[in-house]
Amino acid sequence: MEEKFEPKIVAFVCNWCTYTGADLAGTSRLKQEANARLIRVPCTGRIDPVFIIKAFENGADGVLISGCHPGDCHYNAGNFHARRRWILFKNLLDFIGIDSSRLHFSWVSASEGKKWVDIVDDVIDTVRAKGPFKQYKKMNKEIEIPVDVEEGVSAK
Amino acid sequence: MNELKQICKEALTEKKARFIIAYREDKNKKTKPFIARTPEDAEQIIFNHQAVNNLAVYFPRFKNSGEGKIGIVVKSCDLKAVTALIQENQIKRDDLFIIGVNCSGVVRDTTMEFSNDNTQIKCKYCQAKTPPYYDELAEESKEFEMPDDDQAELMARIEKMSSDERLEFWSAEFEKCIKCYACRQVCPMCYCEKCIVEKSEPQWIDTSSTARGNFSWNIIRAFHMAGRCIGCHECERACPMDIPLTLLTRKMGMVASSEFGYRHGMSLTEPALIGTYSTSDKEDFIK
Ligand code: SF4
Ligand code: SF4
Ligand code: SF4
Repeated sequence: MEEKFEPKIVAFVCNWCTYTGADLAGTSRLKQEANARLIRVPCTGRIDPVFIIKAFENGADGVLISGCHPGDCHYNAGNFHARRRWILFKNLLDFIGIDSSRLHFSWVSASEGKKWVDIVDDVIDTVRAKGPFKQYKKMNKEIEIPVDVEEGVSAK
Repeated sequence: MNELKQICKEALTEKKARFIIAYREDKNKKTKPFIARTPEDAEQIIFNHQAVNNLAVYFPRFKNSGEGKIGIVVKSCDLKAVTALIQENQIKRDDLFIIGVNCSGVVRDTTMEFSNDNTQIKCKYCQAKTPPYYDELAEESKEFEMPDDDQAELMARIEKMSSDERLEFWSAEFEKCIKCYACRQVCPMCYCEKCIVEKSEPQWIDTSSTARGNFSWNIIRAFHMAGRCIGCHECERACPMDIPLTLLTRKMGMVASSEFGYRHGMSLTEPALIGTYSTSDKEDFIK
């Protein structure tokens, strides 16, 4: 039987809205697939696009970024600054060949536990359909240093 | 024509500028950047089709370097870098003595004579041969034939590709990178005192020139230029591996203009695109 591909999703979420929303999903015992690893940041404005690149470098097949709805930012304008950056970065990645099936954005408030679950499941399905991020994995492989536990780092 | 020399000489004699960043012919008969500090130095100043360098790149090193204005010889395209640096609060208009030159196109390959085939693509979509503002203006503008915009064709070809094909195209290009950072050094908009590639705690970008490190570096550099690149094409000229770098930055400029109606380096008073926001920025891609 062919093994089902389980994508690795890295989700950068803001402390005040989405993280709390995801927490609510948990306390409400909503069922959710387990592929997303959450990274909590103070605000979506804190997410430098280099984080997204780093996630791919570390084996992510897809990235989800989520924060407070416009107008609800704990720091007033962090998400507005972030949104402008995303428009540019998303277009850049698209032009380079990393399309929107690997990079997702959402607004999820502290009370939207259900929305969070739906979005995560949707992202997982989309990335699963797209398949593993082979191109990045190939680049990662090239620089892997073979490690021998007994001998420490060994040359190939 | 001596007019440019005359203007520079006068400016230095009358202390309108404490020095002038300009071009001269070096001992190998190449047109190279040069800093004229005395009226005698000004004798060496020239301007021609080989004056490719964007001299605005020298500003950051003169930050807080003394009293008096900094003089600079600029083509219309280079003036955009000056404007952009003013917009980004890196330099003040009042601290500058701008000597604009009417430009008649510059070469793509500095080892060859100026000709229709040897003209930079940026000259194709140059909006003004005369700089929009200046303190003094020199040189006569001559008509020249516009080069073909072969970059636009390549851009259209890439846009038609599937995303996997695009990724393949760019991976192959970035793989050539040797991480010399010439693209950064030559760029007037890359003035960070510590570039992200030099930050090592944590190490954001692999420093070795592996496929992965090159990929991250080129993406991040292009992103840092998004909506900030003024299109001087210096990065691509400097790149020893002939990576089509301006294709990325030009594309980002097109995005800035289509999404935000913004072009960097065009207005002294408009706030920079990044660092500001609008509550009505598009968000149809956000779930
Ligand atoms: S990115 Fe290249 S074209 Fe743009 S301003 Fe910098 S050197 Fe000039
Ligand atoms: S690449 Fe980015 S961090 Fe480095 S100098 Fe340019 S703008 Fe600054
Ligand atoms: S100039 Fe070219 S080879 Fe050098 S770091 Fe930039 S992209 Fe890489």
